[in-house]
Amino acid sequence: MNKNVLFIMRRAPHAGNHAHETLDAVMTVAAFDQSVRVLFVDDGVFQLKKDQDPAAIGLKHVAPWFQALRIYGVHELFVEAESLSERSLGEDDLSLPVQLLQRDQIAGLLGSQDVILTS
Amino acid sequence: MKFAIQVNSSPYQSQASATAYQFVETALRKGHQVVRVFFYHEGIYNGLHDAASADDDWSIARCWSALAKDHDIDLVLCISAAQQRGLPVAETAGHTGKAESNVAEGFHLAGLGQWVDAIITADRVVSFGG
Repeated sequence: MNKNVLFIMRRAPHAGNHAHETLDAVMTVAAFDQSVRVLFVDDGVFQLKKDQDPAAIGLKHVAPWFQALRIYGVHELFVEAESLSERSLGEDDLSLPVQLLQRDQIAGLLGSQDVILTS
Repeated sequence: MKFAIQVNSSPYQSQASATAYQFVETALRKGHQVVRVFFYHEGIYNGLHDAASADDDWSIARCWSALAKDHDIDLVLCISAAQQRGLPVAETAGHTGKAESNVAEGFHLAGLGQWVDAIITADRVVSFGG
């Protein structure tokens, strides 16, 4: 059976290891031939910020991890436009091509999913 | 209705794991089916054998164990999340599902594939904590 599964990322990079573990889950669900989409809202938009340099705190730049999603057939990455603008970010600050959604479009995306997982 | 449940918080981090337990207990009592409870992220701390409050009066692990015993539900601790948090996990645990001594009764260790299987099988997926 094929289900539409949406993962919502709301946390900044390095807020625990949530990003890494959530990506593991995204890739596993995609590997089982489900239709996977990822939505970045709130501080989650920082996950995709390019030019991160967390070496000084001994951590890794997380944005490249998301490049691997293509290999798993996850092509639909959504970012809430207001989350970006509220953090003085624009589409150019992101390391991957995404689809921007306005806040009032989010409900439509959520309504079209079978399973929604937030982290 | 068939439910798949994900628990993402440790017992003392928030109300989430206690709420999850109450949800599962109620769903079973009302005649629903719980396909699997999958403990991910900090949720793996729900399944540690020796976790108990100081006065030993309440332990979420014991609550889950009793529920598993009474209703034969599948309690899965994510094996990679457990390993990352230092739980000693034998090389073979992913294949045999055999619990280590510090994993509470009724829980077993398995991979994310078990979670995907639960998602596909269930009518509803409910996650607690984040």
